[in-house]
Amino acid sequence: MKNRHLLFRCINGLIFLILMLICIYPFYYVFIYSFSDPGQAARGITFWPRGFSLINYKTLFKLNDIGNAFLISTLRTILGTVITVICCTFFAYLMTNRYIWGKKIIYRFVIFTMYISAGIIPWYLLMGRLHLQNSFLLYIIPTALSAYYVILIKTYLESLPESLIEAAEVEGAGLIKIFCQIILPLSKPILATIAVFSAVGQWNSYFDNLMLVTNPKLQTLQLILYNYLNQAQVLATMSQRDLSRGAAVQLATPRSIQVTITIITTLPIMLVYPFMQKYFVKGIMIGAVKG
Amino acid sequence: MKKKKLDRRGLYPFLLSLPFVIFVFIFSYVPLAGWAYAFFDYKPGLDFSRMDFVGFKYFTYMFQTWNQTKMVLTNTLVLSFLGLLCSPLPVLFAIMLTEVKSKWFKKIVQTTTTLPNFISWIIVYGLAFAIFSAEGMVNTVLRNIGIIKESLDILGDPDKLWILMTLLGIWKSLGWNAIIYLAAIAGIDQELYDAASVDGANRWQKIRHVTIPQLSATYFVLLLLSISNLLSNGIDQYFAFQNPLVADKIRVLDLYIYQMGVLGRQYSFSIAMGIWKTVIGIILLMSANQLSKKVRGVSLI
Repeated sequence: MKNRHLLFRCINGLIFLILMLICIYPFYYVFIYSFSDPGQAARGITFWPRGFSLINYKTLFKLNDIGNAFLISTLRTILGTVITVICCTFFAYLMTNRYIWGKKIIYRFVIFTMYISAGIIPWYLLMGRLHLQNSFLLYIIPTALSAYYVILIKTYLESLPESLIEAAEVEGAGLIKIFCQIILPLSKPILATIAVFSAVGQWNSYFDNLMLVTNPKLQTLQLILYNYLNQAQVLATMSQRDLSRGAAVQLATPRSIQVTITIITTLPIMLVYPFMQKYFVKGIMIGAVKG
Repeated sequence: MKKKKLDRRGLYPFLLSLPFVIFVFIFSYVPLAGWAYAFFDYKPGLDFSRMDFVGFKYFTYMFQTWNQTKMVLTNTLVLSFLGLLCSPLPVLFAIMLTEVKSKWFKKIVQTTTTLPNFISWIIVYGLAFAIFSAEGMVNTVLRNIGIIKESLDILGDPDKLWILMTLLGIWKSLGWNAIIYLAAIAGIDQELYDAASVDGANRWQKIRHVTIPQLSATYFVLLLLSISNLLSNGIDQYFAFQNPLVADKIRVLDLYIYQMGVLGRQYSFSIAMGIWKTVIGIILLMSANQLSKKVRGVSLI
């Protein structure tokens, strides 16, 4: 009995070790490949890098579009997240106001959007009509208010003691002042959760870019990555051109470039992820309770 | 009783909320009005008055191009059903992880297995490309060992595409989907286990007779909700992994609507298909809800 118990625990642990390896290995492989010598790496890499070289990163930094795309993706992540968090929180706060007119109707009007969506083509046509194509605003404006986030924040605000706000009102603080000085500081936990979700969503999104933005200055990193993955030909000619110029002997290959862009796109998420994990879990739990 | 008078103090917050109402109206309700285009021959830049009214022409058009429609529906439904088939895996994952006693090991497992959920499908494609393409890790290793001479085209094999897509879906979402079950297990009343122990139940019997029945409610709610999404398996994954070799196997409904609308500029037709998708989705949700009421006496919505 004791032995069987031990055996079970070992097998169970082993299964999870394998699962973890499967989840992590692709990231690890791409990581070591990007730092390997491109020529040696082409002969095959499994667990250790072959040779050490920064040529991939050097080549990438010479490509203007990568740096620019990194900037655009970062900007949309920061601005988009800030706008979403402020708008959703402020609206949720208004919806907890005791006196506001038509509270139920307004709230339902907004929440209903969670259940029905017109679909991709009407949305695409509307963005065109609003002249948001080829505009940075396309990335940060349409996502400003999310019904789901509003529900989460409103639930949280309702759990705060009402006496706090009443006291502030007695002292003559206005709506905005209460929002800035009481609501925002008190709702930090839920705001962090929402900021994290929103930021990951912004960093990862590319469909708005794909459908509506052709301006090369406004491309996001995700779409650049996709384009490079599908343009081995372009990359091949690029390294060829370097060769004719008599550049360094050690050359980046199309493959090593693709792998390096993949890791550059992934890295920001991997870096913040361990710190943010508890917020993710919290987020799904509140969502589950409400859903 | 007299009608409640509006409190003057409500005016200011009301005015502050108006911009949000207008915002939601423009970005969420105006697109719904765009459904009307499905009944016209939509031409960009024209008013309704100058477009031809065509009635349900575009709603029936998909039956005239039945070969194409059949292919798209097959892909959509096969991938959805493969997804449903794998839906017990997160439950299994959660049950097994609960059996792990070491706290830090549990934490590491959770951290590493939820990571893939937070990267985009484009990045997943980038990783898959690094591992599975002709010059990828798998092929170089197999060639170096001498098992194969020619590279296997894993990403371009139409016969195994559905399986590959399903496996990648599991890779990306298994750890994340298990969180909700882990929480459900943590919420099970400990007395149930104690009672089972008193009755002489061993580990397996406790899992079978306590844990699984306790999880079934959560499982069925999620299952029924995913049934209502049978036709909407999203576009991100299939957009990222499409290539000419597998085009006929990967074109799911969402991808098809995008291709016909945005790339093919057949706006009216693709809006009509979108409406079909929404209507069928609502019908499926209602039926799932009825089923849930009948079988378990609980309403989903």
